[in-house]
Amino acid sequence: MDSAAPRVIEAPSGFSLPSLHELWDHRDLLYFLARREVSVRYKQSVIGVFWAILQPLLLAVVFSVFFGRLAKVPSEPGVPYAPFAVSGMVLWLFFAGAMTGAAESTVANEKLISKVYFPRVIIPLAAVCPPLIDFCMAFCVVVIAILVYGIVPPIQIFLMPVLLLLALTTATGLGLWLSALNVRYRDVHHAIPFVILVGLFVSPITYPFHLVPHALRPIYAINPLVGVLETYRWMLFPTAGWPGVIIVIPIVASVLLLVSGAAYFQRCESSFADII
Amino acid sequence: MEQPAIRIEALGKRYRLGSGVSDTPLLSERLQHAMLAPWRLARRRHTASTPASHLTVGHHLDRELWALRGVSLEIARGEAVGLIGPNGAGKSTLLKLLSRITLPTEGRIVLRGRVATLLEVGTGFHPELSGRENIFVNGAILGMRRREIEASFEEIVEFSGVERFIDTPVKRYSSGMYVRLAFAVAAFLQPEILLVDEVLAVGDAEFQRRCLGKMREVSEGGRTVVFVSHNLAAVQRLCSRVFVIDKGQVIAEGAPAAAVTAYLDRAGPGHETGSRTIGDDAERFEGSGLARLRKVVMSDASGQPTSSVRLGQRFRVTLTYETFEQIDEAVIELGISTPDGQRFATVQNIDRGDAPLRLARGLHEIAVELDIALLPGEYAFEVAMHTADGVTAEYIYRALRFTALNVPSEGHSSYPWPVVRGYVRPEATWSEARTVRSDAAAVAHG
Repeated sequence: MDSAAPRVIEAPSGFSLPSLHELWDHRDLLYFLARREVSVRYKQSVIGVFWAILQPLLLAVVFSVFFGRLAKVPSEPGVPYAPFAVSGMVLWLFFAGAMTGAAESTVANEKLISKVYFPRVIIPLAAVCPPLIDFCMAFCVVVIAILVYGIVPPIQIFLMPVLLLLALTTATGLGLWLSALNVRYRDVHHAIPFVILVGLFVSPITYPFHLVPHALRPIYAINPLVGVLETYRWMLFPTAGWPGVIIVIPIVASVLLLVSGAAYFQRCESSFADII
Repeated sequence: MEQPAIRIEALGKRYRLGSGVSDTPLLSERLQHAMLAPWRLARRRHTASTPASHLTVGHHLDRELWALRGVSLEIARGEAVGLIGPNGAGKSTLLKLLSRITLPTEGRIVLRGRVATLLEVGTGFHPELSGRENIFVNGAILGMRRREIEASFEEIVEFSGVERFIDTPVKRYSSGMYVRLAFAVAAFLQPEILLVDEVLAVGDAEFQRRCLGKMREVSEGGRTVVFVSHNLAAVQRLCSRVFVIDKGQVIAEGAPAAAVTAYLDRAGPGHETGSRTIGDDAERFEGSGLARLRKVVMSDASGQPTSSVRLGQRFRVTLTYETFEQIDEAVIELGISTPDGQRFATVQNIDRGDAPLRLARGLHEIAVELDIALLPGEYAFEVAMHTADGVTAEYIYRALRFTALNVPSEGHSSYPWPVVRGYVRPEATWSEARTVRSDAAAVAHG
């Protein structure tokens, strides 16, 4: 019990980041809210958690047929189109799911926000957990699919948690921005599906990076997902090369997004209950 | 000296109302507004000669509302404090500020101790989750640690009485089970400061009784309770001190009975004439708003308005109601309460099996004659109208004040003692005294 130190409640002033100490104090709440999200997600669905696997698989089949076969979109050298597409799709669905989940979370938990206090940032943080769990399951399927195609992933596959952290940080940073904006401007809700759709095309998910003309690459790689996906493929396929300097972009972007997102969220947080 | 558990200094909370540009709900409009800004600026310069131009060019004035202003108070550790006041007075805003749900615009609050807030029961309950899962989520939301919930889990389940359904999704629960489970979680909170708002408004009488009992337990356990309610009787039973809040300010403070009296007195002047015309500004609980009490008259047997009754004297109360729609089944309720709002007698027009009233739109007058011997003291009538489906159309806490005099009337003698105990002298028939054992002879012999 922290009864010794008095707590002072005053008008909000200036910029600040969420208190890590307070977040740590509420870690159990984060755990239970995340668990609630996960268990509610597949309640009353027939195949339950298999949706996590089925979704990227079906999408990959569709893309393999239409892009791989009909449009003859090439793949990474030495990798058949199907495992190439399914691996990209799994990571993309994780990223999009985490970002959307976080963005929608504040408005979805309106009742909580207006009835009880806790660090609000817990809400978007809890919302990124279910896509993370989905990813872990779907990733196992990806590895199996790759092995089925006779490809043995290189040793750097064990660095996957680091890459996952990078993708998670980026998605969370964006999610924090969007979730705070969403409370004030409900049109964020309408913009998100559009952003997701555009993101699918401006990232090397269904087509390889080398398809992008050299002249365009500097602009193209500003999208932090480009660096993330290239590193991801380097970890999965022995024939994929080290992405090189573009890896710096997602590292810098993720930190910037997370810190600025947290600061913006913190600034908006105090007025959530008044306007939600 | 021990520091107070809660200290509030010059606290104020401002809300913006209406559609100022600053809180346009759509981002697209906001962007459009921003993009048009240079053009607007140019036009403003252009038309600067017209004095009112800056008001017409997309520069709405925000209307502001101070829900709370200049509130300063201290609450000591272990006190149970009640906050009462009319709707919109700022009570709930104060509770939200204390619980950090929203932040103040000015002033500050200093809290010493772990705070738990109960603005409703079952916050965060998810219908798809089982009772077990919801206990953990809800407990964590209310500020409990995982091990605390685990430690009291068995007790929570037992207290809720839903053991058999603990692994059933709560959407299959009856509303009673749902509330019981939700309350059970809250009951095991161990805060040093407990903030409670109108939780008692839900649930049946049994639930309310348990709820009050639990809150009393908390306050007797040396913890601080701040309780917002419209239930004046509950506030009086539970609290050691009461603050009356009106229009965002503390207007009275003190012992429960005195504060409740001050709150009710605020409604209007003394009604010496025995007749009161009730304006729209009167203190009332607005129910469905189908009807409004317009006039109350108390009169004696001869029909003469009076503000006092003699002990045992029959009297008549005439109510004038305005109805705004046709009401098919109206039930009219007249209560007698003490100055501090304790109701001790209630009559309704359906008490003797009569059908509820059918009232067309318009003005209606109804009178009731009462035969109740009131012991000397100050009293007030509470008047309410309900429709037969149990919906309250309107409720006026203190429609008319009157005095019961210590003056005998036919068949009654006056009350003989200086301290009056009780409120009513019921109809009673005493038997002759019969000697069961006589000790008179024994005494004579001794």
